Amino acid sequence: MQQSDEKIETAVTEEKAVKKPPFYFLQLMFVRLGVLPFLLLIAVIIFTAASDNFLSGRNLLNVVRQSSYLTLVAVGQMFALLTGGFDLSVGTIIALTSVVGATAMAAAYSAMPDAIFLSITIGVLAGVAAGALIGAVNGVGVAIFNVSPFMMTLGMASVGFGIALYLTGGTPVYGMPQEFGDAFGFGSFFGIPAPVFVAVLLILVLYIVVNWTRLGRYFYAVGGNLKAAQLSGISTRMTLFLAYLLCGAVAAISGMLLTARLDTGEANIGAAMPLESIAACVIAGVSLRGGVGRLENVVLGALFIGLVQNGMNLARVESYLQTVVIGVLLIIAVIADQARLKMMANLQD
Amino acid sequence: MTSPSSLSAVSKASSEAEDTVLFDVRDVGKRFPGVDALKNVSFQLKAGEVHVLFGENGAGKSTLISMLAGVHQPTSGKIFFKGQEVEFTSVHHARSVGVSAVFQEFSLVDQLTVEQNLFLGAEQTDGIFLNRRRLHEEAEDILKTLGFDLRAGQKVAYLSRAEQQMVEIAKAFRSELSVLILDEPTASLTERETDRLFELIEQVKAQGVGIIYITHRMAEIKRIGDRITVLRDGAFVDTVDAKSASEDRLVTLMTGRVIDQIFPAINFEPKETSLEIQNLKTDDGRVNDVSLHVRKGEIVGLAGLVGSGKSRLIRACFGLADVASGSVTFEGEDVTGLTLQKMLKRGFFYNPPDRRAEGLIMMRSCRENISLPSLDLPAFSLKGLLRRREEKQLAQALAEQLQLHPLRIERDVEHFSGGNQQKVLLAKCLTRDVKLYVFDEPTVGVDVGTRTEIYKFIAKLCEEGAAIILISSDLPEVLHMSRRLYVMHRGRLQAELTGDEINQENVLKQFFEKEVA
Repeated sequence: MQQSDEKIETAVTEEKAVKKPPFYFLQLMFVRLGVLPFLLLIAVIIFTAASDNFLSGRNLLNVVRQSSYLTLVAVGQMFALLTGGFDLSVGTIIALTSVVGATAMAAAYSAMPDAIFLSITIGVLAGVAAGALIGAVNGVGVAIFNVSPFMMTLGMASVGFGIALYLTGGTPVYGMPQEFGDAFGFGSFFGIPAPVFVAVLLILVLYIVVNWTRLGRYFYAVGGNLKAAQLSGISTRMTLFLAYLLCGAVAAISGMLLTARLDTGEANIGAAMPLESIAACVIAGVSLRGGVGRLENVVLGALFIGLVQNGMNLARVESYLQTVVIGVLLIIAVIADQARLKMMANLQD
Repeated sequence: MTSPSSLSAVSKASSEAEDTVLFDVRDVGKRFPGVDALKNVSFQLKAGEVHVLFGENGAGKSTLISMLAGVHQPTSGKIFFKGQEVEFTSVHHARSVGVSAVFQEFSLVDQLTVEQNLFLGAEQTDGIFLNRRRLHEEAEDILKTLGFDLRAGQKVAYLSRAEQQMVEIAKAFRSELSVLILDEPTASLTERETDRLFELIEQVKAQGVGIIYITHRMAEIKRIGDRITVLRDGAFVDTVDAKSASEDRLVTLMTGRVIDQIFPAINFEPKETSLEIQNLKTDDGRVNDVSLHVRKGEIVGLAGLVGSGKSRLIRACFGLADVASGSVTFEGEDVTGLTLQKMLKRGFFYNPPDRRAEGLIMMRSCRENISLPSLDLPAFSLKGLLRRREEKQLAQALAEQLQLHPLRIERDVEHFSGGNQQKVLLAKCLTRDVKLYVFDEPTVGVDVGTRTEIYKFIAKLCEEGAAIILISSDLPEVLHMSRRLYVMHRGRLQAELTGDEINQENVLKQFFEKEVA
């Protein structure tokens, strides 16, 4: 790659000596790295100027902690995107996980007030299982019944949300042991805030899955060309199913962490998650057509969104306006990606 | 029809109409980012002639017609239409002056009816409202004149491919027509439909329409061609008279070398039977009662027109189509109806014809594409964990063996030329222990040099003792590579040819003439 890029550079500078070379260098950076580094840089400059606290270590740690929920969901979302689909039900998965997990935990705790650890385990397992189940149903619909991911996950979003509301009647679920929130919501392991710790651990595992396992490679293959993957002997149905199952399971874990932070089971959380997680992926260069995307970039993408939200909070931007900004950023990222593909075609050979 | 006399000093042909030059293409070139698709090509089309464009895939035929039809604009040179310099800005523009093209890729809207498609973009209106009745009447008129047996109100989605092609052709006739461009129109037609098309061509020819006709079939050139222009690697080679040019000469012009240099001499040593198919019938009825066998150490050709079921047959054996009845025995084991994964494990490898659609993952690297079918093997993974270093070494070795150019296995496949993409596809089947290789149209869209390499590659596999099935619509290819040749026709096995029986006349006879008997 190195060589060819140098060649291109000299070739173009010779050809278009009129055009400014520094601009060309930026272009090359843009094609190579995508839009994310530029957006990050712009965001940091703007928010540092707008607020003195923004660049402080405490605030940045805060950003990372607040972003860990979205980061997890976005990484899960990446699996669905890699296979050429997406998951619109991640918000619902969080809500249902929260409600089911909290209810189960509260019930177990009231039945055996002494077994705190056991009731937390039961609650977490129940919650994650409920969320993963939604993912599994998505997977079955997409992989076996060939329902388009859009319809399948949109439908399940409605189903899950309905169940979550039905179970709680719309009111928060109380009665979880205090220790759950203390440990997973506000506590820390080895000096690292609990949600960040869990997220980092999970991201490491998923990084290995994506890059170092057969399954990970198959996600890219199935999303890149379903037929070619099939002809190469890959069970495309199984791969698709596992993508949605993983996505659901990771979102569910994020949902339990959020429940710990809130200390209650809520049916009304996670509504912004589908948009924000897809935005994080797309800003990070994950292709909506499948087959392209890197996990480390998705983590950066999610952190970027967290950073922007935090910066806007510090700059006292109204919360309603914040959602406008996120939507605009998403669209800008898509437009930039199109431009990037075009530039890439021009720069090749 | 106007006849610019200033330009007609070209030939001494008999009638005046034939002297009219419709298209005069002078030194036209087309550059796409990174490639010269066409270099300084000159070409003339006279009224009332069928001018065949001949050349290999990638020779520039499609690029040339796409510029004449207004899809692309030339980057150099000039195009004169009826004596006037023109620059068609769009297909619509070209059509408005009477130049219509029927491409292989149809531009039909499936969910609309025949008549709606016919007048798409040129609807009959009263003010802002569609005049449906007039549209219907005019559509019926056109279909009737052309003798097409189509209902104007039928949805295009329900038509066969041949019928859809009729709609495409009919579109050309919705306004005054001077030039009709046909890109391999018979590829998916039955004989009767082909006959009908040729009648139609004669008919419009007589009206002074000039026809540009792209085909790979020698028989068609003889039947309807008047002149032939040969292109090779984007450059003009020669324009010859269709009646006097021999086939050998055409092939030599097309490939730039004599046939013997393209195809290697293969040393066949047939041993025990590898694959045996008995009375196979597929669920969809596209393969009917076919029996054949393939031995180790021989190349068996499968010839037939598009839609003859030759691909379908092997796909059914590989687990890609459902078997209704009959049996498939592979390496002494009954494998009828086994899944693709199981067939792959047993050493049956199918190389699909369309690398973009089915063969390769274009946006991933060569390395990932090459190793994909074999990631389940211990050479590439242990307990689900990839051995990326070994994978890289193996992919690198295979790329070197196949002379991938440029030799960069981490580069995305889509950034390679067609020939090199094909090499990546071929490398895939070398990652496994394969007993039977199936190559389905292995040289589509590949330049001559690479073709020769691919043939050598196939010959080597065969000489090393593998069984090989070569499925191809390219006649010279199957004629020269096969030890035995099966010809299929409409889902049935038509003939088995061996040794000296394998020649063009015999095969073509099986393609077409059984219908009469």
